[in-house]
Formats: sequence, structure tokens, C-alpha cells
Amino acid sequence: MIRLFVPKDVSALAVGADCVAKALHQQAGEGVQIVRTGSRGMTWLEPLIEIETPEGRIAYGPVTPADVPGLLAAGLLSGADHPLRIGRPEDHPFMARQTRLTFARCGIVDPLSLDDYRAHGGLEGLTKALAMGPEVVVAEVTASGLRGRGGAGFPTGIKWKTVADAAADCKYIVCNADEGDSGTFADRMLMEGDPFALLEGMVICGLVVGARKGFIYIRSEYPRAIEVLEHALVVARAQGLLADCDIELRVGAGSYVCGEETALLESLEGKRGQVRAKPPLPAHKGLFGRPTVVNNVLTLATVPEILVRGAEAYAALGCGRSRGTLPFQLAGNIRFGGLFEAPFGMALGELIDQVGGGTATGRPVRAVQTGGPLGAYFPRELFDTVLDYEALAARDGLLGHGGIVVFDDTVDMARQARFAMEFCAMESCGKCTPCRVGSVRGMEVIDKILKGHEVAANLALLEDLCNTLKLGSLCALGGFVPYPVMSAVRHFPQDFQRQ
Amino acid sequence: MASKTTNLVADWDPNRAAEIINAHLGLEGPALPILHGLQAAFGCVPSEAISMVAKALNRSRAEIHGVVTFYHDFRDAPAGKTVVKLCRAEACQAVGGREAASFLLASLRIGWGQTTPDGAVTVEAVYCLGLCAAAPAALVNGQPHGRLDGMSLIEAVAEDTQP
Repeated sequence: MIRLFVPKDVSALAVGADCVAKALHQQAGEGVQIVRTGSRGMTWLEPLIEIETPEGRIAYGPVTPADVPGLLAAGLLSGADHPLRIGRPEDHPFMARQTRLTFARCGIVDPLSLDDYRAHGGLEGLTKALAMGPEVVVAEVTASGLRGRGGAGFPTGIKWKTVADAAADCKYIVCNADEGDSGTFADRMLMEGDPFALLEGMVICGLVVGARKGFIYIRSEYPRAIEVLEHALVVARAQGLLADCDIELRVGAGSYVCGEETALLESLEGKRGQVRAKPPLPAHKGLFGRPTVVNNVLTLATVPEILVRGAEAYAALGCGRSRGTLPFQLAGNIRFGGLFEAPFGMALGELIDQVGGGTATGRPVRAVQTGGPLGAYFPRELFDTVLDYEALAARDGLLGHGGIVVFDDTVDMARQARFAMEFCAMESCGKCTPCRVGSVRGMEVIDKILKGHEVAANLALLEDLCNTLKLGSLCALGGFVPYPVMSAVRHFPQDFQRQ
Repeated sequence: MASKTTNLVADWDPNRAAEIINAHLGLEGPALPILHGLQAAFGCVPSEAISMVAKALNRSRAEIHGVVTFYHDFRDAPAGKTVVKLCRAEACQAVGGREAASFLLASLRIGWGQTTPDGAVTVEAVYCLGLCAAAPAALVNGQPHGRLDGMSLIEAVAEDTQP
């Protein structure tokens, strides 16, 4: 049986992967099995199909249904030459430069086959965790230096220990899969391409902290990931993987702020997704007032790999206080967009120019927004910034969840600053005044600047307002919206000098 | 994933609503699953349902109304036959998302969040579909579309609205 691999990741579906799979099914003939996988993360090459050969898998892309007859005639099924032939995906420069730990299996395995998962090293982390016992696992996770991949970067081992040490009749694990930051899609790709890694991480976490119930809170904008996870949970439950800690999938309802952990807990409890004041921390009083671990998808999905490789091997990667790897997401106007997992410590410019190949439009890169809609805009002058949590913060930037959105020289940065305020106004939960009112006022002030009305005075007012938001908001929505706004003002002042 | 011919919604039926509510009462924190269930059945969360949910959950009507109106997903009236969820976030902006959106809205002669007078198409803003490396992107009745421009976006919508 010859096996052909066609991704069913939503980024491949969005550019016609289903039509390609259908054409292959109709034309490839008997004896060819089509396996639907996740994505390798070379999004510009999607739909990227692969054929299994004695030399390994050989990839072709981007493939359209119209290419299928020509590909088959050229000898696709034996990996023969063709203008769309990429060769072995792992030899492609974009892949060869990566260190794939969290995404080791993504794009390779059938996401819904637990056998395939096992064959590629899946469940080895859980086996090790069971042998180690909870205390050793916490010590390993702590020693690995793993920090929350959702953006806040809190040390995972410390969070787990806090919940493990808390005395309670019932504890919860909540996976934050509300990946609302624009320009980010790593959680989505992992859930669609390797969902069992997330489930395994949650089961290990449950074992360690003594929780018997877990929730995955996923955003409604991810219909394909929801479908995959629902199916994966059925498979995992049927095979006894969830016997000690059952996991339930919950779908959000279009609120960005529910990605903030306390708003997420409120939402799970069936309330308006409004932020809670901290303390108490969710680790002490979380879901339904019980001790709760709230972790991002990537954080949980990386734990099994850490246990397999050992904390020391993981901590050996990275730089400063940012240990291990981060799956960066190259997005927007970039030539080679997709997912690039690498140890912390690369320079921003290296990632944009050498890995990403500059802009897709071929025009000069003017601005780069890292860390989602609340992250700063960086000009080329700051491309020597090292990608780790502290180095970005030192330059008033945000690494966040690792999203990097590239803009060419046609971008109007005053308009981007206005959008940041508009977005904040739209998504503010309304609980604290600086965010609820300040974002609307911010929009109005920028509108005046855009009209050239008392520009200097209004820029001073905008800065004052941003300081109020930064210091007075309850959570990161109002607290961080000054990053995109003030970075645009600081690094691109000419865009605000309107007549 | 939503199949191509979704949005076939039922008329208001209190018995059906009660069934949906009761089916979720065993869950921890059942409010959102109930509201999603109601919307899947009726195309919106009908105002008649709010007092039923409140009663079943032992919460006030005002509180449930507050929950329903907090979340962008929940509607108070059914949407058009084809729902276009079009991304307005930064990665899509960087590659012509604003222009593609303006082109579609102008051709349909509606604004964000509105439905064409014949009830055929609703265009809603979303902020990121996770298709940021294949931008601009949209979901047309649940089907993903990437690398869009004004023309291909209109084609995707037209394909879905054809009988």
C-alpha cells in the first residue's frame, strides 16, 4: 500500500487541500491510501502533499487540483521529479533550521490515531511520569525552566507545585485554548495536528496536582480544532487514557478577553467573561473556587517531551531566563509564513529576513508587531532585539505567544495605533474604568491626530492616557494596549504628523 | 465543522428549548453550552428562552441577559443564510484585508454586522481565525478560505449562496 499524506490543518483547507485530496483519491488509483495529517507549518507551500518512499517522505507543493494529473504522470507515487517537488520536508532549509520539540509530530502523524501517536514516541512522557511520581515530575518541570507559553511566561513548575500543595476536596486543570492574539496560530496547529500531546500533558498535570477533572476552553473561531479535539477525546476515553482525569471540551463565544485566565474561569462558570482581581490566584481559588492549574496549550503539550528528554536537555536550550524552544508564528506580509520552532535567543531580524525571506509583496519591511494585538511595533532599527521574554520587555516589547506580524512600507502606523485602541474598546470586559473608558477616549484622541487637529497637544494627551491605562488597568488588555500605540508613536513619529 | 448548508433554523419551540436546557443541566457551569445549543437550534438565543434558562439555572433573567449580550457570538435574531466571518486583525490588514473587506461590503451594500435585505448574506467581523500565514482569511458558513482578495472573497460568498 502506497501512502499519500495530505494535510487537513485549517490553513491547508483554506487554500484547497480537500479538493486536492479528492482529486488524488479519484486519480491515484487502487493501492493508494490517503492519510490526512496536520500541517508541517510551511504555510506558503500549502497544500503540501507528501508521498512515502524508501528514501523517506517526498513533498510537493503548493498543489492545486489542476496539478494532480501532471504530478501523477510525472511519477508522484515514486517521488519523481516535478517543478513542485520540494524533496524531503525535513531537509528544506525552513525545517532544517528548526528545533522541533513541541511540534515534533505535527504534520507527520495521523492526528486521530493513538497507535500512530505511540509509534512516534507518544505516551512515553506519561509512562515516565507514572514511574517518577508527582514530586519528581514537578521537580523536573521546574528544573526544565518551562514558562507559560500563553504569553505571561510564569514558571510552570511553580504553578503546578502551588496547586499540588493546596488542600482541597476537588481541583481542576484548565487548558487555555482561547488563542485570541491575532498573528498567532501555534495552539491551533498543535490541536489540529497532534491533539494527543495536549491530552497527555493534561493527564500528567492531573496526576501531579491531584486533579480528576480538566477542561479545554477553546475559541469558537477554531471549528476545525474543535472537531479534531472532540474526536481525539472520544478515542482517548475509549482507550482508557482519561480514566484518572477526564477532560471536557468547552467552546467560547467570541470574546477576546476570555483568553485572560480569570475571565476564562468566569466564562467556564457560565458568567460574563469579566476579569477577576488577583489575588486570590487561580492556583489557590480558581474554577468554582477550587485550586486550578490554568495553562496554555503549548505549555501542557511540551511537558511530555520534557519528561522524555529530561529537564537538563530542555533547559540547555534557550537564553537568559527563557529556556527551551518557542514555536514562532510568522504571519502577515511575509514571504515564507508559517510555524518556526526554535530555541529562544534568535535575533528578530534573522527570523524576519533570513527565515521569513522578507515581505511577500517584495517591498521593504517597515514594521513588525510581536506578541499579538497588545504587542509593540518594532522598526528595522530594533531588528537586533533578541527573542526572549526579558530582552523584548527591556525594549518595551512583548514576546507573548510568539506571533510575529510583518508589514511592508505601505503601512500607516497612525492607523495601526488607532486600530489597537479600537480593538481594546471592542473587547474590553468593562470591569475596570481605565480600559473601558480609556480605550474609547484613546480612539477619539487618535482620530483628532489623524485629522491634524492640535497634533502636539493630542500626542501629549495620548501618552498621558496610555500611562493611565498601563498603570491602572486590571488585566493585560488595558494594561498592554499602550505597547502598540506608544511604540507606533515613538518609532514612527512621521506617521502622526498629519496636516 | 459546519457543513455547507447550515443555518437552517427551527421556529421557536418552548418544548425543544426545554429539551436543550435539560440536556446540559448535568454539566458543571452549563450556561454557555446551553446558549450554544439554543443558538444552534434556533439560529439565535430567542428572548423567550432567557427566562427559561434563568429559571433552570436559578439565576435572574437580568443575569442571563447579561451573559448573552456579553459574548459576540450570541445573536438576538437569526443571521442570513450565508454567514461570512471575515478577519479584521493585523495579519490580514498587512496583506490587503481591509481592501478585500471594503470590496465585499460595498458589493453587498451592507456594513459590518449587517445582513442583506433578502436575508442571503451576513458579514461579521472576527479578530483572527488563526490563518495569519494564509491571510486575508474568512470563514464562509464555517468553510475556511485563505489568501483572499476582493474578487476571490466575493466568489467564495457567491459559491455558498448558490442554490
